[in-house]
Amino acid sequence: MFPADLKYTKDHEWLKPAGDGTALVGITQYAQEALGDVVFVDLPEAGEAFGAGDEFGTVESVKTVSELNMPAAGEILEVNGALADHPEAVNEDPYGKGWMVKLKLSGDLAGLLDAKAYEALVSAESH
Amino acid sequence: MSIAASELMKTPLNAAHRALGAKMVDFGGWDMPVQYPAGILAEHEAVRTRAGLFDVSHMGEIRVKGPGALALVEHLTPNAVSLLAIGQVHYTAFLYENGTFVDDLLVYRVGEEEFLLVVNAGNSDKDFAWVQQHAPGYDCTVVNESPATGQIALQGPLSLDILQPLTKTELAPIGYYWFTHGEVAGVKCLISRTGYTGEDGFELYCPAGEAEKVWNAVMAAGTPKGLLPTGLGCRNTLRLECKMALYGHEIDDTIHALEAGLGWIVKLDKGDFIGRAALLAAKAAPAPRKLVGFKTLEKRDIARDHMPVVQDGQQIGFVTSAAPSPTCGINLGLAYVPTELAKIGGRIQIEIRGRAVAAEIIPTPFYKRQK
Repeated sequence: MFPADLKYTKDHEWLKPAGDGTALVGITQYAQEALGDVVFVDLPEAGEAFGAGDEFGTVESVKTVSELNMPAAGEILEVNGALADHPEAVNEDPYGKGWMVKLKLSGDLAGLLDAKAYEALVSAESH
Repeated sequence: MSIAASELMKTPLNAAHRALGAKMVDFGGWDMPVQYPAGILAEHEAVRTRAGLFDVSHMGEIRVKGPGALALVEHLTPNAVSLLAIGQVHYTAFLYENGTFVDDLLVYRVGEEEFLLVVNAGNSDKDFAWVQQHAPGYDCTVVNESPATGQIALQGPLSLDILQPLTKTELAPIGYYWFTHGEVAGVKCLISRTGYTGEDGFELYCPAGEAEKVWNAVMAAGTPKGLLPTGLGCRNTLRLECKMALYGHEIDDTIHALEAGLGWIVKLDKGDFIGRAALLAAKAAPAPRKLVGFKTLEKRDIARDHMPVVQDGQQIGFVTSAAPSPTCGINLGLAYVPTELAKIGGRIQIEIRGRAVAAEIIPTPFYKRQK
């Protein structure tokens, strides 16, 4: 539920540093459960740059829509094209096949939560 | 501000929902299941192709009984109550003098002088007060039976197959929008062939204390046939595909019955009722706005409830309800637009997060079951 190798935001995105200055970004298990069945993920184009906290897309479920915010500053290297035909991957495998964008990091990861801090936040929100 | 779950009202099936792993939400002050672990898409599909079981015990029930009951219900609602046979139900409304909605409801004719009015949960107290306020002068009693009543809706093409083994009452002869009394799983119920999904189905009214027994029996009988417990999430997408109105969306106290496309429940020639004069005047002048169905043209453009309809940067209407349609596979919605634009095939624009996107007006209901 809270993989230890990921960094998290208070808005329920995750970031997975690859160790080479790039990172994958997606939404957490908690976020996908709150949204319910995802039917569309609107993502930016490769090459676009964002600051930490910037909105970079939206995720639409049957019942609602949620903004996607950048966990850290960077440039989009790649988007997960498979989500166009299989948005349900966000529900089924949020930390794996449901990844959304690959970033070239341009800043630090300060301000992100580790798994333990994120788990505490989620636990507080659900009670 | 959010209300703590402990302060929310609970139906008699609250524990059953939690045991099934439901995701619970605050729905008009009620702690209700929005979905179960299967999810909204799977639950929606279950109702369209097999069956789903909804807890609708939060709905309000008001019983009006006595020699003056018929006259009171005729006065309070626009549909022709005197035409209802005993055992028949119709869809109708409580209207204000200006023709806008207090609420929409079902009227059950239980006897010559006895009616059961089934109203929305969120309006239940307001509705009961409304009926009480108008009752003096009519020789009848008005009782709020909501807290004592459980209501369960079994919906979907397999509903009859699932329910029949649980009751000695012959279900097949009950017509759509008719009801009878009988025992289901040993519990005395009002068995009504009605629903809010566009599918065949039954709504069962029983004593609140026995609701769980009925629920469990239907779950047990239906699960091998593919029945799922179904929440408010798919209830909304199901009713939207069928263009069934929802209070606070298509209808409220600013919208009158004719512009809502509900002229068919307004019987202007039945005699006087609250709202008649306003609707008679409205009928003489063309309505400036109309409720239409639309689809957005791009997959990424998903309209949502209450978004503006725009033209040249100006708001000219509003979306009442919208969602991706699980059955039709397109992004649907209902909206009030100026009457001159309300043509099938016509284009409108919806403002989605600051961006005006194209939508086409299409025929409604979006979905109709094969009879």
